[in-house]
Amino acid sequence: MSRFDGLGLRNRRSIPWAAVPEEPMSGFRESVVSAIRSGWRMVAYFGMHEGSETTRLVAVLARDERGELGATSTVVGDRYPALTPECSELHYFEREIAEQCAVTPEGHPRLLPVRRHPPDHASRPRPAGAGVHPPYAFSQVAGHETHEVAVGPVHAGIIEPGHFRFQAHGEEILGIEIMLGYQHRGVETLLEGVERDRAVLIAESIAGDTVIGHAGAFCSAVEALARSRKTPRAQAIRGIALELERLANHIGDLGAIAGDIAYQPAAAYFGRMRGECLNLLMTVSGNRYGRGLVRPGGVRFDIPPEMAKEMSERLHGLREELAPVANLMLDNASVQSRLEGVGVLSARQCLELGIVGVAARACEVPRDVRHDHPYGLFRFAHIPVATAWAGDVLARSLVRWLEIQRSVDFVIEQLAGLPRGEIRVECAGLRPSELAVSMVEGWRGEIAHVAVTDDRGRLRRYKVVDPSFHNWSGLAVALPGNQISDFPMCNKSFNLSYAGHDL
Amino acid sequence: MLRFLKARLRQRTRTSEFPRGTPEFPDRFRGRPVFEPSRCGDCAACRARMPSDLLQITPAGRPVLDLGACLFSPEEAEACSSGAIRFTTEHAMAAGAREGLRSTTGEFQLAAALERKARALFGRSLRLRSVVAGSCGGCEAELTALGNVVFDMARFGIQFVASPRHADGIVITGAVSTNMRDAVLRTYEATPEPRLVIAVGACAINGGPFRGSPEVGDGVAAELPVDLWVPGCPPHPLTLLDGLLRLLGRLPDPQARRAAAETTPNKR
Repeated sequence: MSRFDGLGLRNRRSIPWAAVPEEPMSGFRESVVSAIRSGWRMVAYFGMHEGSETTRLVAVLARDERGELGATSTVVGDRYPALTPECSELHYFEREIAEQCAVTPEGHPRLLPVRRHPPDHASRPRPAGAGVHPPYAFSQVAGHETHEVAVGPVHAGIIEPGHFRFQAHGEEILGIEIMLGYQHRGVETLLEGVERDRAVLIAESIAGDTVIGHAGAFCSAVEALARSRKTPRAQAIRGIALELERLANHIGDLGAIAGDIAYQPAAAYFGRMRGECLNLLMTVSGNRYGRGLVRPGGVRFDIPPEMAKEMSERLHGLREELAPVANLMLDNASVQSRLEGVGVLSARQCLELGIVGVAARACEVPRDVRHDHPYGLFRFAHIPVATAWAGDVLARSLVRWLEIQRSVDFVIEQLAGLPRGEIRVECAGLRPSELAVSMVEGWRGEIAHVAVTDDRGRLRRYKVVDPSFHNWSGLAVALPGNQISDFPMCNKSFNLSYAGHDL
Repeated sequence: MLRFLKARLRQRTRTSEFPRGTPEFPDRFRGRPVFEPSRCGDCAACRARMPSDLLQITPAGRPVLDLGACLFSPEEAEACSSGAIRFTTEHAMAAGAREGLRSTTGEFQLAAALERKARALFGRSLRLRSVVAGSCGGCEAELTALGNVVFDMARFGIQFVASPRHADGIVITGAVSTNMRDAVLRTYEATPEPRLVIAVGACAINGGPFRGSPEVGDGVAAELPVDLWVPGCPPHPLTLLDGLLRLLGRLPDPQARRAAAETTPNKR
């Protein structure tokens, strides 16, 4: 028996807002802490405006092995006792709540801003001077021969902006702090305010390399709130597009890791083959990143039989070309010795920080929404969960390579057996006063969107949790003990989104 | 070594023939939009349905297509129920002036080559610095793709460098978020003159999907003088390459291109 039984909350199922418990702070705390201790995991934890002086904190938790979701809430004033001291995986969520809602989680061990913006979901009007943050209090190491290295926000390559502050002793990293928020565009507020046609374009632009993932999560949240049922054909096309997106990015990442260790052949070949996957998405959707494809009620573009055949042939060719290059790279002793033991994230750190996706699976924490909270196509067709155990750069590369092979096979198989039917159905207006949670296993990991409607069926709160939100902390703890010169490679092996984090 | 050579042989040479020949795109590719005034019924129904500012109405009541605001979504074409707006598979779209992206017909004023002195400086060696300022990461992915073996911009002497001090110009992507504004201006200041500013993507041109958000500045126009505007969401790598080569005067003139297309079949 779980605490959240009877709530009936599942991935992509909507429940009445009134069913979400409102507990006093002590009960809320007890619910969340005991659930996490008994194997639940925080999916989303956010604040929303409630009345003129109070904020409602909403926690959405998942129990992966049973495919269950739970939710609870509490109402607070301008401060409350932080939960982080008891549950470390909440540390970043509570920093976000403090920033978005101007509510102070008292006793939080390190209450720094997340994105450095004025509160945009606060109950009270912005106090004068809000938005001017005090200088970011970086932790510093002092001592003989220690020094500090600052990198960013404008980087040496073509990379999104972020600021990294290393504390180092010689070449060895003692600690790193990652200051983000440069890409903050106000995505959640925009999604809450604009018409649906424009909202889906914004959802596609949450993270430009995860168009299918985020548009899929957005549309599924909308569909759950509208009680709209997609046809099996639409689900299949979405599933195919999601795996093509995974292929493009995983292949590109292997190439980028090869590039960072100056193993040029693999960098060049993978770089080109990444483009082949983007071109497959362009064949279907007219855009290399799949923009325009996923829409509320289904998909915009069909895959007719001759296109399916052509795509399948191109994928067969790609499969033939991929294996020799991957073997060339991953069987090479000098590549292995460069990747092995670098940037290690332990399974314990992974659980403590709530890491998701490839980074979690590379330290034998088999989290995968497609498997744990199956939806759409993945309820009928399964992709085995790929794991490795070492938690280093090599393990994260291996997990990607395993997933590439499985996704190629999967897409070829699905193209051969597309269900008949319409590709899109009418998606009605949203039901009033409901809550829906929509999760997708994007190529980086779990994407979670939570939508709450008001009594007129408008979006009252729209929360986006990109896998990068969880995983930036993982990169920070994997780095100490490594050389500064290995930072690019470690960073690439996580390959987190700045835009997805900054929203 | 043998395995490496085998892989090398198998991979072959994949560099695109561009700018020779005519690049091929799939039928569904959404390139430059066109507007057919004869089909426009003046019903103004598109205004409510248009998810971007692609179609604007002048004070005189004439519809104007603004490529800079286009998000290249199927909905923008469908906003007109009589089909006056449609996407072509044409990739060339970059303009030298913001006005060049506006048109009442779909004929746009594409970028002209830099004047002779600037071309002598940059024409055969252009070093650029990328500044990302409130984007989704999509435009940067396509800028990165310019460096892969297919598009290989280095064969034209174009390269991204690690410091503004080494650069001839900066490429700005993103709507210029509040948190990046200062870094954009300081990177520009740090670039030695003469310098180019290239605005890439709908966000940098007018805010893109984030237009109107209090957290962004609706593009770079308010901050810096721009030499090249490259529309797209994100622009296809060939749209980018076409714009850069146009600016450098390195694009064969259309007639020579057509003649070349007849003699050299373009590889996919």
